[in-house]
Amino acid sequence: MNDHGKNSQLTIALAGNPNAGKTTLFNSLTGLKQKVANYPGVTVERKEGPWTLDGKTVNLIDLPGLYSLDATSLDEQIASDIIRGDQEGVPKPDAIIAVVDATNLERNLYLVTQMFEFGVPVVVALTMIDVFEKQGHEIDIEMLSAQLKTPVIAVNAKSGRGTQELADKVAGVIGTTPEIPYEYRQEDPNSGPHGKIFARYNFIANVVQESVWHSDHQSHRVTDKIDRVLTHKFFGLLILVAILLLVFQTIFSWASLPMDLLEKGFGAVGDFVKAEMPPGMLTDLLVDGIIAGVGGVVVFLPQILLLFLFISLLEDSGYMARAAFLLDKLMSRVGLHGKAFLPLISSFACAIPGIMATRTIESRRDRFATIMIAPFMSCSARLPVYTLMIGAFFGGKYVLGFVSVGALLMLIMYSIGIIVAIIVAAILKRTVLKAPPPPFLMELPPYRLPNLRTVLQNMITRAWLFLKRAGTVILAISIILWALMYFPRSSQEPVASSQIIEIAGNEQPSTKTIQLPESEQLKYSYAGKLGHAIEPVIRPLGFDWKIGVALIASFAAREVLVSTLSIIYNVGKEENEESETLISAVRDAKTDDGKPAWTPLTALTLMVFFVLAMQCMSTIAVVRRETNSWSWPLFMTAYMTALAYIAALITYQGGKALGFE
Amino acid sequence: MPKSSEKMTLTELPIGIDARVVAVNGESRVTRRLLEMGVIPGVSIQKIKMAPFGDPVEIRVRGYSLAMRRTESDAIEVSI
Repeated sequence: MNDHGKNSQLTIALAGNPNAGKTTLFNSLTGLKQKVANYPGVTVERKEGPWTLDGKTVNLIDLPGLYSLDATSLDEQIASDIIRGDQEGVPKPDAIIAVVDATNLERNLYLVTQMFEFGVPVVVALTMIDVFEKQGHEIDIEMLSAQLKTPVIAVNAKSGRGTQELADKVAGVIGTTPEIPYEYRQEDPNSGPHGKIFARYNFIANVVQESVWHSDHQSHRVTDKIDRVLTHKFFGLLILVAILLLVFQTIFSWASLPMDLLEKGFGAVGDFVKAEMPPGMLTDLLVDGIIAGVGGVVVFLPQILLLFLFISLLEDSGYMARAAFLLDKLMSRVGLHGKAFLPLISSFACAIPGIMATRTIESRRDRFATIMIAPFMSCSARLPVYTLMIGAFFGGKYVLGFVSVGALLMLIMYSIGIIVAIIVAAILKRTVLKAPPPPFLMELPPYRLPNLRTVLQNMITRAWLFLKRAGTVILAISIILWALMYFPRSSQEPVASSQIIEIAGNEQPSTKTIQLPESEQLKYSYAGKLGHAIEPVIRPLGFDWKIGVALIASFAAREVLVSTLSIIYNVGKEENEESETLISAVRDAKTDDGKPAWTPLTALTLMVFFVLAMQCMSTIAVVRRETNSWSWPLFMTAYMTALAYIAALITYQGGKALGFE
Repeated sequence: MPKSSEKMTLTELPIGIDARVVAVNGESRVTRRLLEMGVIPGVSIQKIKMAPFGDPVEIRVRGYSLAMRRTESDAIEVSI
């Protein structure tokens, strides 16, 4: 059998509490060869990689961090299913490495006592022992091992201490059955429903008493000192705001150079292909469809990398939990969890990583409510649209002499998004996602210096997941969009070809292959027809069919509006949102009856529409994956777009009634 | 024990005072999770601080810090 080798490969699971150093150990054992996927049907990440054990390669699975095998979250459910051997596609592990944080021994050992009951041999990897000893405590590892009746090895992922011994011990226990080291009699009448928990902790108390000598040194002194400032009632909030500002400022300013380079790079590749390949449909598809489409999304890679750099740093240092602690009361007023703030903040860069970051929220309803409002945060893809509109109609204008209208409008757009998000969350949590206030139990881990390797690994993983999506979903959408704007070719259209002759004037009628200007071609394309078809609907918003085409295209991705407008107004592909020519083309654009297509009011209406509408295929795809259903993304698209239409209608009609144009 | 032991909920416990858990009330999953996190009768517990708007609170138990909302701290009975 071909896959015999694969089937006989041993599976070792790595399990432990969150913040116990599990990921660092996993990275150090497997190196860069790890794979990240999802468990089928759910959004829990499946991380695995090869590990050499006794000369053989085994499959090491990194289980999600968990406090107990008695699951309360999806992560814990998956982890306990794997240990039981109930998880589809994952063989029952041959051994478990229990990662135990020496500085938080009692609670970490609780999970270990549960593991013994699954009949899978357990080896304890004791982490943070250097920190523990530096605090003046002492731990007798041999005694600990004897008490637990299972091997215990002190490891240090950074220096590699103990990893060889760990491998030897794991190889040694495979095939054995663990002994449950504590006694518990179900029939004990005094035990109550939680008797087992008490029995485990009683056992742990004895183990710790026998094997650990605590100094008077308070292990949490440094963390407490930092927290005196960072979770201070007033300064804590101030610092939080400052950190967020810094993060976003950095994301925008640091990312702009690589983004420009990527944009230019894709442009250059497009030009090269256009120059080197014979003109024709294939070239057009490659250049205008694939390279432009995928390129338009890949330019966001620097932002995603930077965002996840900061998320990893904040998370691994322990600050993230503090931020959730500070903001929980505010968030809970709207019915959200304190942990929802980060995904929402991330969504200002891009809703996709934001929605991916909701995985840390345990309650399903809280998580879905957060996902549903995340796209209201004005993401970076809206910026090109805002910039174009402001540049064309509000540039260089000031109110009160010094406040730039552009900056003010920007602020208003961001605020509209936030306010609507709060209202929608409050409504959702009182209706469809109604639930009693979720339990809020969150560990505030001690502050630690983030591990550089873990941070980098996390960035690489996120970047790869993002690129994979750009290569699949977004590629497909780009091709479809391109086809809608490309077909039918004018020569295939009888009406169109008669117009070719008219337009072409003195050209020979026999020249069937006359190329219409792209803008004329667009008019007769499917996209153009769709634009005409929706004109009655968007007329009340002040939009003509050409804007309609750009709007339809922008439902793939918001920033596509800019490139579509530049095709429609025929200003060439090189132009970007800052281009003078596109700005003046928008200013000069006329509707079919000769009136200006755009006014400041139309521009404002369009911006309001873009704040609220769900115009991002990638987000829809991610929501589909994260909620594991089509109804949530469809609901999201429908209600957001309806809201956007109503708000845009109010803006335009209200503005007109007030006498603005 | 002759010592005057005062009973109260964890919500009522002043900040910085050493207390001992007497009971964790309720039969819900949260109760169970609290117990699993080591908040069981007999364990010593301390309230460290309150978040800016009075909720949640940070407590210390078994050498680590845990944040919980009022709903949870109401269910925990302690004695000084």
